[in-house]
Amino acid sequence: MTHPAGDVVTAGHLHQGKGQFYGVWGGLLILTVVEIALAYNQVFTPRNMLIVLLILSIIKSALIIGYFMHLKFEAGRMKWLLMCSVCFCLALMAVFFADAERIVSLGWKAH
Amino acid sequence: MADAVLLHHPHGEAYEPSWFRTYSKKIGMWLFILSDSLTFGALLFAYSYNRLSTPNWPTPFHVESIRNASIMTGFLLTSSLTMVMAVLASSRGDRAWTRNWLLATMAFGAGFVLLHAAEWNKLIDEGLRWPLFQQLFDLKPGTNPEYVAATRNFPQFGGTFFALTGMHMLHVTIGIMYLGAVALRKLGLPILAVLAVACWWAPGPFHYGFYVMLFGLAIAAIILFLKPMDYSDHDIEVTGLYWHFVDLVWMFIFPLVYLMSTKITS
Repeated sequence: MTHPAGDVVTAGHLHQGKGQFYGVWGGLLILTVVEIALAYNQVFTPRNMLIVLLILSIIKSALIIGYFMHLKFEAGRMKWLLMCSVCFCLALMAVFFADAERIVSLGWKAH
Repeated sequence: MADAVLLHHPHGEAYEPSWFRTYSKKIGMWLFILSDSLTFGALLFAYSYNRLSTPNWPTPFHVESIRNASIMTGFLLTSSLTMVMAVLASSRGDRAWTRNWLLATMAFGAGFVLLHAAEWNKLIDEGLRWPLFQQLFDLKPGTNPEYVAATRNFPQFGGTFFALTGMHMLHVTIGIMYLGAVALRKLGLPILAVLAVACWWAPGPFHYGFYVMLFGLAIAAIILFLKPMDYSDHDIEVTGLYWHFVDLVWMFIFPLVYLMSTKITS
């Protein structure tokens, strides 16, 4: 398909049917219910809970980006460039976590 | 005077195809989403940093707050489904159903904002504050000792909570205005004006929603009057990208801010 401005258009959503969208929506709702159930029952220590919740959130965001935002059906170079650059920039921010843990281990020192 | 003249082909083939094999509006929106994800990333990292570096971080969210936030999550997830239905309808050229699905998306988004605003009002009334609120408004002392203690002993909790959720609520509000401009075009402007007037009478910090609405009204009016056009399926898809991004950010705020600050007491 060619856009009037000359761009080649990949209509990702045309590859998807309604059933697939309902499936993704159902999956997202189920993952949310799992998260809430874990928080209610408090089965993990806070650190493990954080890891489990982050994994579930990443799965949910992958479903949203891949299917609802159609990135799964875009050109490979667009997918990789977008995802690699945002992950790299976000990973850079994690550098500060080492300092946050250092503050806790310092504790209060009486003079 | 220009030395060279760029010849435009009547069908647009004067330009070479995009390297990303998609249209420019979509690439532009993806670049915006990329930069905005870093804004939210910085706020989420600031929240996590404070949480990690503060022993005895408050856990003031109980059953009622989690129930409310879960309903809000359901609203946003369902709004994403209605948005993709709008995109599908627009790709079929079904204008009536495109508008219906966009209106449904706006309704779910508005439900989310209203629930969130009610929760904010409750938390502020009971004593959870952002230090800035105290300086801006003459607020009554809180009624819930747990929230009052959290504000006094851990001001960074209120600061990061209100900054993060407030920024997200602002994005949802802008998204509803954006959808309104695409779905209703000039018909949406008087509705926006009525909402702005309603915000003027809203209590506490929500009075400031008036300025957000007024700014949105001015921008929407300029765009709709300068370029009164019928939005194509590409425009609907690009609007959808923004809306799904707002949903995506909530998928991190909900577990990190609410579920990780939960203490279930029966």
